[in-house]
Amino acid sequence: MNQMTEIKPLTRKDFESDQDVRWCPGCGDYALLAQVQKLLPALGIPRENFAFISGIGCSSRFPYYMETYGMHSIHGRAPAIASGLKLARPELSVWVVSGDGDSLAIGGNHFIHAMRRNIGLKIILLNNRIYGLTKGQYSPTSEFGKKTKTTPLGSIDRPFSPVSVALGAGATFVARTVDSDHPHLLDTLKRAAEHPGTAFVEVLQNCIVFNDGAYNALADRETRDDARLLLQHGQPMRFGKDSNRGIRMRGFEPEVVTVGEGGVTEADLAIHDESAANGGLAFFLSQFAAPLPVPLGVFRAVEAPVYEQLSTGLAEDARAQRGQGTLEKLFNSGDTWTID
Amino acid sequence: MNTQTMTVDEPRVVGGMQKTRPIEEIKSVVIRFVGDSGDGMQLTGNEFSKSVARAGHDFATHPDYPSEIRAPTGTLFGVSGYQIQFSSGQVFTSGDAPDVLVAMNPAALKTNLPDLRHGGMIIANAGAFNKANLQKAGYQSNPLDDGTLIDFRLYTIDISDLTNQALKDTGIAKKEIGRCKNYYALGLMLYLYSRPIEDEEQNIRAKFAKKPDIAEANVIALRAGYAYAESTEMFVSTYQVRAADIKPGRYRSITGNHAAALGFAAASELAKVPLFLGSYPITPATDILQELSALKHFNITTFQAEDEIAGICSAIGAAYGGVLGLTTTSGPGMALKTEALGLAVMLELPLVITNVQRGGPSTGLPTKVEQSDLLQAVYGRNGECPIPVIASRSPADCFDCAIEAFRIAVKYMTPVILLSDGGIGNAAEPWRIPNPADLPPLEVKFRTDADGFQPYARDEHLARAWVRPGTPGMEHRVGGLEKHFLTGNISHDPINHERMVNVRAAKVAGIAKDIPPLTVEGPQSGDLLIVGWGSTYGSIVQAREQAEAAGKSVAHVHLRHLNPLPAELGDILARYKTVLVPELNLGQLSKLLRERYLRDVTLMSKVQGKMFKVSEIYDRILELC
Repeated sequence: MNQMTEIKPLTRKDFESDQDVRWCPGCGDYALLAQVQKLLPALGIPRENFAFISGIGCSSRFPYYMETYGMHSIHGRAPAIASGLKLARPELSVWVVSGDGDSLAIGGNHFIHAMRRNIGLKIILLNNRIYGLTKGQYSPTSEFGKKTKTTPLGSIDRPFSPVSVALGAGATFVARTVDSDHPHLLDTLKRAAEHPGTAFVEVLQNCIVFNDGAYNALADRETRDDARLLLQHGQPMRFGKDSNRGIRMRGFEPEVVTVGEGGVTEADLAIHDESAANGGLAFFLSQFAAPLPVPLGVFRAVEAPVYEQLSTGLAEDARAQRGQGTLEKLFNSGDTWTID
Repeated sequence: MNTQTMTVDEPRVVGGMQKTRPIEEIKSVVIRFVGDSGDGMQLTGNEFSKSVARAGHDFATHPDYPSEIRAPTGTLFGVSGYQIQFSSGQVFTSGDAPDVLVAMNPAALKTNLPDLRHGGMIIANAGAFNKANLQKAGYQSNPLDDGTLIDFRLYTIDISDLTNQALKDTGIAKKEIGRCKNYYALGLMLYLYSRPIEDEEQNIRAKFAKKPDIAEANVIALRAGYAYAESTEMFVSTYQVRAADIKPGRYRSITGNHAAALGFAAASELAKVPLFLGSYPITPATDILQELSALKHFNITTFQAEDEIAGICSAIGAAYGGVLGLTTTSGPGMALKTEALGLAVMLELPLVITNVQRGGPSTGLPTKVEQSDLLQAVYGRNGECPIPVIASRSPADCFDCAIEAFRIAVKYMTPVILLSDGGIGNAAEPWRIPNPADLPPLEVKFRTDADGFQPYARDEHLARAWVRPGTPGMEHRVGGLEKHFLTGNISHDPINHERMVNVRAAKVAGIAKDIPPLTVEGPQSGDLLIVGWGSTYGSIVQAREQAEAAGKSVAHVHLRHLNPLPAELGDILARYKTVLVPELNLGQLSKLLRERYLRDVTLMSKVQGKMFKVSEIYDRILELC
C-alpha cells in the first residue's frame, strides 16, 4: 500500500467507471459487480492500488466497469498476468475475475499453479456451467449428459468441481457463494479480500440466456434452505427450512439426517473446521452431490507462506549476503584477463 | 596446421625440467574435443578455451552435443563435441575443419573424422578402442591400426589406462577415476599448445572445492597428461600461437546466452527500473533464465512459470505494473507465446521476447542451430500485428542487443523480439568488459500527471504513456479488444479500427529513423554484396576477408534490425549487381528483401543444424564474382 497517499473515504460510486455495463439483463455478473463495488471502499486501500485482471468471457468484461487499474486480457491467462503484476508490485491488491471455461478449460494450467503457489491474488470464478460468450456450448462444469449446441446427444465429459480443483491444487483459501444471495456474496468476498495468499471464490451464477435456472434451487427463497448447506467454522453442519437437518459422517460417507429423529442429536453432526491442517474435510465437502445439499461458505482458510513475500525475501537475503548488485562487479566476475 | 608455420628452436622450461624441443609457431589452430556425452568434453573444451583466453588469443567456440542427456556409452548418437579456434589474429568462427581431433572413443572418431582437415592430427584414446566400442561404432576392424587413418597424423595414447595408472594409489573409486580422463586429455593439450598448467590446477581446486579428493585426483590426471606429452618422444614438436593483436582492455570469455543475461541486467540498471523475467526452461534458451535467477541481489525478479504462455503473460503483467518485462524461449516456445504477443501489441506495453532459435519445425533439432524463426518473428501473429525484430550476430553482441531491445521497447511502448540462436547462445568468445559508465543511457518516463491524461494519447514517436498502477487519478483499463484512439475504451467503430491498425504500423515503421547507420564492409558499390543477419556474421566476415585478400570485390552488410529494416538498406542494395543472402533457413530474409525492395537476391541456404563454413561462403563468392 502506498503509505504516502492519504486515504480519503471512498464510496461505491468511486469504483464505477464511465463505461456502460453490457451484460444481459438479469445476468449474475451484475450482482458480483455491485458487491465488489460495495466491498472495496471498506477495505481501506486507495483506489489506485487496485488492479482487476480478467481473461475472456462474459465475466471477463468486469475490469472495464471498475474505476481501478485493470486489464481485459486473453482467454484463460489472467492468473498468469496477475501473477506477474503481483510479483512486480506486491503492494497492489490484484483481483482476477474469470468464468468456468476461462479458468478450468483453457486456463486450467494457470489456475492450478496460482493455487499451488499461494500468490496473493483474489480469484473469483463465475460458474454458470455453460459457455455464454460463444453462445451456449457445454463447459468443464456442465453436468454429465448436458445437451448443448456441441453436445446435441448429451455431454460425455465428467464435470469439474472448481472447489475440488482448487483444493486439490493446494489452495489456502477456498469458498463458494451464489449470485442470488447478496449478503453471503459480500461476506465471502470480504473473507477472500482479507486472506493473504491466493483466495479462490466460486460464485454459482445464473446465465439467463443459455443456462437459465441452473441454480434455481439455491436462488429460490422457498427451496434454498433445503438445497444449501451454509458452512460455518466450528459449527455443526445443519441446514433446512427448520434448521433441523444435518450431515452425519458414516466413515467416509456423508448422510443427511434429521436432528430429533431416530435418536439423532446435534452431537452426531459433523463439525465444520475451515482451518484444519488436513484438507480432507474441505475436499469431502467439495464432492457433495445430490441428494446432499450444496455447501456454501468458506471450505478452507489456512495460513501458508505467501509467494510474493517469499520472492521479495529471496531478494532481500541475496542483498544481505552479497550487497546490492553493481554492474561493475557483475561484468568483472568470473575469469577475466587483461590485454595491454 | 593452419597457414604458415615456422620452427623456432629454443629451450623451454616446464615444471623445472629443461628440454629442448622445437616449438612450431602457428597463426591459428582449430581443435575439437569429442567423446561420449558423459566424458566431460564440454568441460575440457571450456577449460582449454579459458586457458587460451588468458594467453590473449582471440577465439570462438562451438559446443555440439546430443539432445539426449546421457545417451548409451559408445554409441554414435551419444557423441558430444567442443570445437575451439584460437588465433593470433581476429577470430570470427570456431573454424571450418579441425586441425586436431581429440577422440575419446571409436564413435567419436567415426562421427567426426569426416570433418578433420586432410593431414590433421588425431589424438585417440586407444584404451577405448576395444571390441565392444568398435562394434557400437560400426567398425569392422580397429581404425587405429588398420591403416584407414594413413592420411592423418595419428597419435594413439591409452588415456584410459594412463589415467588409471596415475590414480591407482589415490584410493578413489574406480568409477571416479574413469571420470578423470578428460583432465588427462586436457593436460596433454595444454602442453602441446604451450599453455601453463598452474592456472588449470587452480581452476580444478576451485571447481571441486567441496570434494578435495576428487580435485586432487583431477589435478594428478592433468599433470600426468601434461607430463606424458612432455616426456614422450611421440610428439616431435609443440605448438605456439602468438597472442592476438587485440584492443587493450579487460576481457572475459562469454557465451551468447550469458551475454544476453548481462545485457538485460544492464538494461535494468541503466533504466533504473526493475527487471522481471517470466520464462519456462527450453533448450537452448534456458541459460538466460538460469543466469538471471542468480542475480537476485540486483533489482531482478525471475519467475519460472508453469508454461511458455505463463512465461510471457507474467512478463506482460509485470510490464503493466511498470517494470521491464522479459521472457526468453526457443522455437516451439515462441509458437506458444504468439497469442500473448498480440495482446502486448494491443496493450502497447514495453516487453522483450528473446527467441534463441533452434532447428524446427515442432521440436525439430533442439540442440542445433537454425535461423528459421525470422518470418514468424516478423509476421507470425493473427491480425495486423507489427513488432520490432532485432537479431544478435555473435556471443558478445547479445549483450548490446539486449540493451537495444529494451531501448526500443520503452521508447516506443511496444514488445520487441530479440532473435539469437543456438549457434551463438552456447558459443563463447572474448568479451571486452565495458565500463558501465560508458553504456548508452536508457531513459524511462512514467507519466504521473493526471491532468488531461488519455491512456492511448501518443507522443512524437507515436508511443502512448506508461503509467504505473498505484498512480492516483489515472486509473484506466487496457485489454486485447480494439481500443479507441485516445481513451483506450473498447471501440468496434470500423474507422477507428483502421486508424489504430495504421498508427500501430506507423509507430513500428518509424523506428527505422532511430537505427544507427549501416556499415558496409568492403567496396561501397560494385559487383557483389553479401547481406547477412544473426549468427552467420562470423562466417561471412571471414569469407569476405579471404575473398578480398584474393583480389575479389565483395562487400558485406550485416543487419541487426530486421523489422523495420534500416532506411538506407534499399539504396545500398541498389549499388550492387548481385546481392547474396546466406541464411540457415530456406530464404526468409531473402523473402523480406524481395518483398520490401522489389529486387531479386541470390539465396544461399543451409538447413543442416550447422553453421556455414567459411569455405562454403567463400566458394559461393568465387562463383558469383
